[in-house]
Amino acid sequence: MPLFLFLNVGDDLSEYYVCTGCALLCDDIEVETEDNKLTRVHAACLKGVARMKACSDPMECRVDGEKADIDSAIAKAAAILKNAKNPLIFGHGNSSSQAQKVAIGLARKTGAYIDDTSSFCQGPIVEAIVQDEFKTCTLDDIRHKADVIIFWGADPSNSHPRHLSRYSYFPRGKERQRGWEEDRTAISIDVRKSDTASICKDHRFYQIPMGEDAQFMEALLSALSGKVPKTSFDFDKKRILELANVLKKAKFGVICVGLGLVYSLEELEPLFKLMEKLNEVSNFHIMPMVGQYNMRGFNQNLFAETGYINRLKFNAETGETEHGAKYSVVEALRNRSVDAALVIGSDPLSSLPLSVARYLAEIPLITIDPCQSLTATRSTVTIPCALGGVESGGTAVRMDGVEIELKKIVETDNLSDEEILTRITEAI
Amino acid sequence: MAFAVDLLGRKAKVEDCPSLVSEEKYKANYEKLSEMIGPVGDVTETGLIVHEDKCIGCGNCVVACPVNVANDPLGAGSGKAPSSEKVIFKVEDGVVKARNVQECRRFGENKILCVACIDTCPTKAIEFV
Repeated sequence: MPLFLFLNVGDDLSEYYVCTGCALLCDDIEVETEDNKLTRVHAACLKGVARMKACSDPMECRVDGEKADIDSAIAKAAAILKNAKNPLIFGHGNSSSQAQKVAIGLARKTGAYIDDTSSFCQGPIVEAIVQDEFKTCTLDDIRHKADVIIFWGADPSNSHPRHLSRYSYFPRGKERQRGWEEDRTAISIDVRKSDTASICKDHRFYQIPMGEDAQFMEALLSALSGKVPKTSFDFDKKRILELANVLKKAKFGVICVGLGLVYSLEELEPLFKLMEKLNEVSNFHIMPMVGQYNMRGFNQNLFAETGYINRLKFNAETGETEHGAKYSVVEALRNRSVDAALVIGSDPLSSLPLSVARYLAEIPLITIDPCQSLTATRSTVTIPCALGGVESGGTAVRMDGVEIELKKIVETDNLSDEEILTRITEAI
Repeated sequence: MAFAVDLLGRKAKVEDCPSLVSEEKYKANYEKLSEMIGPVGDVTETGLIVHEDKCIGCGNCVVACPVNVANDPLGAGSGKAPSSEKVIFKVEDGVVKARNVQECRRFGENKILCVACIDTCPTKAIEFV
């Protein structure tokens, strides 16, 4: 089972809140409020501030395009899901763990397909971690111990702005007291010179052709085994040997796996082999660069209930589950095998290819979200909810599997997504 | 030459040279110089400028700054939100703000050419002039 800790952030540091801008869940945020609104946010990055200061365009409660009250919207949503033979419940990454558990119960009750964004991003890595197939660690371990950090297909300077400053490169840790210049080595392996690669400096940046990550892993494996590393793209052998030497000497190494690497690998086997070799000669861990603040929470909650992290369909009568690629959100929409959809805290019409997402606009669609989105504009029912971590509390799971408590900062008239989902479930 | 040095050191302003301001033949030079020196007006005593339009609030400078580490080892130095009033950098509303610049290692008689904040900025939002 994954490492599962519980940090009760609010007990002794009552003035600190948690940022839900990304899956780092930074828990050192101070805020200033006025008239029940956040006027200033301290320590959060620009991405976090944009989320915490609430949306500029809040979503309205609507049924069939007309303004409606919450009760009729919930009744209509319940009717849609009840009448559907194969509904889809999608999103979850921006919901609290409590809301996710209610959504899983709702999917079980309605015999729905249930999936989240991990289905087309970090899913394979998180799945391998929760199944104990990769050696992993916590972000705090990285802060205190990591001396070699590889950002592979990842650019946290843009995706998780505080990753390097809070955990992976710049902070002093218990076993890394001399600072980043002397105590840590940051390496970037990517298809382009990202902002993170520029921080790693040219001699620690390994630019490889698109889609050749597996081959570079093979070459690195050869170098770690004392063989001459060869690549079809003729990468400088000396540089690969030099990289292998740095990795061999690592006391506590981490590979931060970004979407670039996940999308490049057709299967995880090359990464398994590399990790196995690295742990023969050294000590390496995997850290998935999870995007949405509670995507890993959904994966772990679903895994605890069903043994799968995503891509599921429940049988409403037996409660049994079917799992596989054809139950993923992409395939379910592509094959038009769902006849209604409930989207929670996500905007699939913006994030999925139009050829796949277009079908969503053809079926009864329910959106639960604090903010207006493209998906909301095509929805039959829209129900505004409280903003997680700002207007409602709960718990969420950080990218490393550590559970973090979220506290409510300001009041709102909107119900939390957990309350809305509970009421829909009750209405069904 | 002395005036130019004072100008760059922000000990003098362009307007402090009477002939530059009043004589017609220097008008073009005065305008060009004002344009060049203009951005320097916002800099701190150490010559530090934070381009807020470029900053993403990652906090790399906050944590990497040797003065922040020395003055706040358990806060900024450990990657957490600053817990001391003596830090030079602090992130507010997603953008880094410079303060206590007299603490900067580039300041004072024993100044040194520290570039920790510039080197660690992914968006090149910090510069010294």
